[in-house]
Amino acid sequence: MWTYKKTLQYPVNIKCTNPKLAKVIISQYGGPDGELAASLRYLSQRFGMPDQKSKAILNDIGTEELAHLEMVGSIVHQLTKNASIEEIEKAGLGPYYTDHGVDVYPQSAAGVPFTAAYLACKGDIIANLQEDLAAEQKARATYEKLIDLCRDEPDVVDPLRYLREREIVHFQRFGEALRSVQDKLAEKKFYMDCDITPKSDCDCKDKD
Amino acid sequence: MLNENMECKCTCECNSNNDCEMQGKLLQQIRCYAFAVNDLALYLDTHPTDQKALCLHRKYCQELKDLEDKYQKVYGPLTINYPCNKWRWLEEPWPWEGGVSNVDL
Repeated sequence: MWTYKKTLQYPVNIKCTNPKLAKVIISQYGGPDGELAASLRYLSQRFGMPDQKSKAILNDIGTEELAHLEMVGSIVHQLTKNASIEEIEKAGLGPYYTDHGVDVYPQSAAGVPFTAAYLACKGDIIANLQEDLAAEQKARATYEKLIDLCRDEPDVVDPLRYLREREIVHFQRFGEALRSVQDKLAEKKFYMDCDITPKSDCDCKDKD
Repeated sequence: MLNENMECKCTCECNSNNDCEMQGKLLQQIRCYAFAVNDLALYLDTHPTDQKALCLHRKYCQELKDLEDKYQKVYGPLTINYPCNKWRWLEEPWPWEGGVSNVDL
């Protein structure tokens, strides 16, 4: 369950149209290390987590990524909304314009549409959390490349810097969740609160 | 909304730049407290017994609630959970449009 709050997590106020920058920044909307992939990855993985800490952290970071998705979408929208056809063509956005106009469509900078193949839900707690740590670092690296490419546009760099910093905080929290899970697994006796086997009193099994 | 001369052109009913500036300032404060609450929540997910963080979280939650109540009374709802006599949800610009609700202070 979610509630929409009618404000961005961090303000996006871009005064100048620049479809060239939108073309690359859209990768953080629907690309392999983008916010949509991050959000869906965490919100899907949370169902299989064994302890309260990792369930909570995946739930809450997955939720924050949705707010970041909205910020990146806002950046792309504001960079393209008043672009002329000439500007769009010059930015190499002719093919994008053909299929999507100036709607914000989840795709990578290279034009690959968003795919669920970007999500990793391995059915293994350690593998999943390690994947999440890597995802945060890849997103941080992507934001750094975008900041390089947008260096002359302070209005664009400012929210990108904020998003980059959040990746670092998320990496930290995932590291703590991983350590907590590993400590639990290292205990001589441990009881996971996830259902690996069906409960014996479940009246829905072996109906036939 | 900001026009080309960077003047605040109000779309709300206040008809005054001053009030519009107030709205932007208040919203920025709300964003600051919401950020603190969210960041502390993530920290508390992995440090649930940290009393100092818990205390700060409680404090910022209260301040956030007070600011949001104050904002919503004057400028309309921030969520659809806010009761109105008329449907004010449509009146303010949307966050991705920039402008008044997004004045960077």
